[in-house]
Amino acid sequence: MEQDWKQSRGSFFTAFAPPAFWLTLFFLVPLAIIWAYSFGKNISMTEVAVTGTLSNYARIADPVYISIFVKSIVYAALTTFLCLIVGFPVALAITFAPDKAKAWLLLLIMLPFWTNLLVRTYALMAVLRTEGYVNTVLGWIGIGPLPLLHNNFAVVLGLVYVNLPFLVLPLYSALDRLDRSLLEASLDLGAGHIRTIREIVIPLALPGILSGLLITFIPALGSYLTPDLLGGPDSQMIASVIERNFKRANDWPFGSALSFILMYLTFFAIAAQTLVAARRRKAGGEA
Amino acid sequence: MSSKSPPAPLDYLRRWPLRLWIAGVAFFLYAPLVTLIAFSFNESRRNIVWTGFTFDWYAQVFQDDALIEAFVNSLTIAAISTVISVILGALVAVAMWRFRFPGKPVFEGLLALPIVVPEICMGVAMLVFFSRILPWPSDLPWPLDLGAITIAHVSFSFPFVAVIVRARLLSFNRELEEAAKDLGASEWRAFMDVLVPHMRPALVAGALLAFTLSLDDFVITFFTSGPDTVTFPVKVYSMVRFSVTPEVNAASTLLILITVVLTAIGLRMQGKDIARAEGGA
Repeated sequence: MEQDWKQSRGSFFTAFAPPAFWLTLFFLVPLAIIWAYSFGKNISMTEVAVTGTLSNYARIADPVYISIFVKSIVYAALTTFLCLIVGFPVALAITFAPDKAKAWLLLLIMLPFWTNLLVRTYALMAVLRTEGYVNTVLGWIGIGPLPLLHNNFAVVLGLVYVNLPFLVLPLYSALDRLDRSLLEASLDLGAGHIRTIREIVIPLALPGILSGLLITFIPALGSYLTPDLLGGPDSQMIASVIERNFKRANDWPFGSALSFILMYLTFFAIAAQTLVAARRRKAGGEA
Repeated sequence: MSSKSPPAPLDYLRRWPLRLWIAGVAFFLYAPLVTLIAFSFNESRRNIVWTGFTFDWYAQVFQDDALIEAFVNSLTIAAISTVISVILGALVAVAMWRFRFPGKPVFEGLLALPIVVPEICMGVAMLVFFSRILPWPSDLPWPLDLGAITIAHVSFSFPFVAVIVRARLLSFNRELEEAAKDLGASEWRAFMDVLVPHMRPALVAGALLAFTLSLDDFVITFFTSGPDTVTFPVKVYSMVRFSVTPEVNAASTLLILITVVLTAIGLRMQGKDIARAEGGA
């Protein structure tokens, strides 16, 4: 049973105070500052006055920025979708693999996941560039060289490449929890594999699948490195615009407003997923 | 089991379309990394035609003082932030597991924030914090000059450690701690001798995760590092922005090697811990 904190104040504060202090000072305060800045304006090179203005948010309504937000959402959604298509069969095979093969397959997926993001992006750059491997192979069969790098295709491919493990692991843990006898029953009763997957596996594992989609969508939406290194001049996503406003344009209030819109989008995605999952659970309970 | 027997209905791994699919995915995930590693040993600078085996690029990496410095910085930051993250993460996990207190659900939500907030937002928040609120002096002796980066790394790592440790605590039998206290152990003794051993596998897993998160982080470090406090990913970033060179391949290969070794150590230690826990039970 949980203990009331008042019963043992000393231990409670010893355990609770240091992390709470750290979280407040080194995370919540910095976020609060940029939240305040998003309602401010530059009064000199190094000073921002928080005036309560909404002009930074009004500027985001400019079609240029709207289109960047839309593009970021579309790319993140496309990435998530492609990861699902590529990753689902893998997760399915891992789930029903014998123990030994399962451990190796999980390692196969985990190892790139543990490898430095920058290194992985760089590896992709090296194979996609004009003098890279893919183009050499294409050259042998008489196609190309194709412009594979520094365009939108490279960005989406890169996002799928770096985020795929993020989706396979939660998918696997969702599928692993399924009651196998239901699947066997469906197959015994004559449903094919595709139909079993569509009508048994997916509906039952849906909450887990949704949270896996969310885990992939959120980092893809805010990704900075991949579009920056693999993209071209027209493949900016929202994080690049935020970076530019902080590091180069020195327009911190506007950058802060953009950051908060990105954060609100993230929270919205989480809330939507929670809501859908809760509704599914309720519907399941009534059925 | 003979491989000639027909596959069981759910044994998807033994169906050839799925085998092919997994092979394709493995190729997709590994081919770029394998190419990168292979060409760190290639003589040719142009990086595409194999002209001969060489260690030259590694020699160059080890002579590149800026790269070495960045590498040492990265490992130092990762080590310090791991220690702090494990302590803070374990403390908060125990506090949340053991106590009821007002505002607990709100605190729980706030603790999850560093996990879900986009990296870029946290990066710019840290940039503003460390330039306007708590300017970190840049002339401090090493490794104190890495303080700002280390603090930022702890902020995004310790909530992950907390999640892992809390999951582990669910399987703890509270009566054990009660028994220790009944037998005269102090609060602290009971914590160290009963609770900490139970948490150990989670502490190892958490430490490993915190270390990798720190070593891996580019975005947040990019916004908190100064001209004299460059980490390995930030340095490599400035190199790859302009060209693909064998030196970068060699440096990246070293980083991959470290990751693989760390993962192997972690899996081994966890395996042993689990074996011990199950053997003892």
